[in-house]
Amino acid sequence: MTKNIFKPFNNNPNSLLPIGFHNVSLKLDNNYFFNKLSFKINTSGISVFIGANGAGKSTCIRLLIGLMKPYSGRVLFSADNRSVNRIGYVPQKIILLRRSVEKNLLHALSISNYPTNKKRRIKEILKFIKLEHLGKQSARNLSIGQQQLISIMRALAIKPSFLFLDEPCANLDPKTTQIIENLIKVVSKSGVKIIIVTHDLFQAKRLANDVLFFHNGEIIEQGKTNSFFTRPKSKEAKDFQKGLLLK
Amino acid sequence: MIEFIEIFKNSLNLIFSLNLDLLEIIFLSLKISFFSLLFSCIFGLPVGSLLAVSKFFGRGFLILFFNSMLGLPPVFVGLVLYIILSVSGPLGSLELLYTPIAMIIAQFCLITPIIVSLTKQVIEQITEEYDELLKSLKANTKERIMTILWDSRYSLLTCVLAGLGRSLSEVGAIIIVGGNIAHATRVMTTSIALETSKGNLEIAVALGFILIFISILINLLVSILKEFSERSSYD
Repeated sequence: MTKNIFKPFNNNPNSLLPIGFHNVSLKLDNNYFFNKLSFKINTSGISVFIGANGAGKSTCIRLLIGLMKPYSGRVLFSADNRSVNRIGYVPQKIILLRRSVEKNLLHALSISNYPTNKKRRIKEILKFIKLEHLGKQSARNLSIGQQQLISIMRALAIKPSFLFLDEPCANLDPKTTQIIENLIKVVSKSGVKIIIVTHDLFQAKRLANDVLFFHNGEIIEQGKTNSFFTRPKSKEAKDFQKGLLLK
Repeated sequence: MIEFIEIFKNSLNLIFSLNLDLLEIIFLSLKISFFSLLFSCIFGLPVGSLLAVSKFFGRGFLILFFNSMLGLPPVFVGLVLYIILSVSGPLGSLELLYTPIAMIIAQFCLITPIIVSLTKQVIEQITEEYDELLKSLKANTKERIMTILWDSRYSLLTCVLAGLGRSLSEVGAIIIVGGNIAHATRVMTTSIALETSKGNLEIAVALGFILIFISILINLLVSILKEFSERSSYD
């Protein structure tokens, strides 16, 4: 079943460029949101950006994939969907085209110049999530859980080397959350680097290989999941885990 | 009451007897509306799209201009065009006054702001919605435009039908620049105004029925399109 349908075109993690920031500053409304922020993360496994709302997790992803431009500094990541190092991005708000499920997938494949049989790829993808019977249906008329699954599968259809997920399970029921988390694990095992933004501590514990803890536009802690949860170094991280850090 | 029933019966007779004068008026109405709508679409759809997706100097003014034009009284448009097209006016030498072309120009002036404003609204909404997805897919400009236009096709068609409805019901401007000349510039709405003033209520009512029928037909089309787009989630 998991015959590596997610294996990226470039499945050699050593050839991937590092991901991170070098002295990146970002100004929002004339105030520094990020001020000379620097970090680097592995090009394999699952990294989770964790922190309270407004801490800078989603903004960090948006800068990484080029949806925003930094005021100064360098973003250490550049992938092009028409090259071998492709990126898949699932935004926090589900965005599906006013088309059928199949045509939503086809649109992503066409724009990224997917080289082989696109129809076969769509069948393969829908079969994997057991939604092949919904292929001809309008994507926007599906349940929220199914829409999110289609949104993730659309990002994966192009066989990306990197998958960015912004709050992938927000507003989903526990069953769909479990389906998506299992999918994330399978995809990660296929060699896709996954970066997830979440404020769900339990989800971070279940999925992450390493954690970056954001607070007020700064990365307060970065390290292995186990040490972050068992031995948090900063007061903010301790407070966040206790549910005391609201902003 | 008896008189009213008589008028009603006679007007229906006129419609079903396929009166040639009536058919001529209907045909000219449709012709003028079709061409004014066509030119409005050729101009309005790209301009509306441009206003929705690009930021350029003067954009705010253009939006304000087209929005203000929406509420422009048709008789005023007719009056301005009359001055421009009259013999002593700047375009008087073209001899367009009291011709169907003058009527098309008048309707163009009235429909275009509707097409521009509605197109802008539709394209702006869909562009805002798709922006993040298309940017993350690294879609180029052509791919972005094609995606947005294709997905807004039903909404754009509704804009066009709204324009058609407006042009068919127009009377104030075209009666001034067209002159309501029999067999030349007489259309349904201007005929209704004339025949009512002359007391020929049968013809006026017959034309009224036809106008209502066309209006219902357009609204039916809009509803079908809306339902279809909602069912296929092309809302």
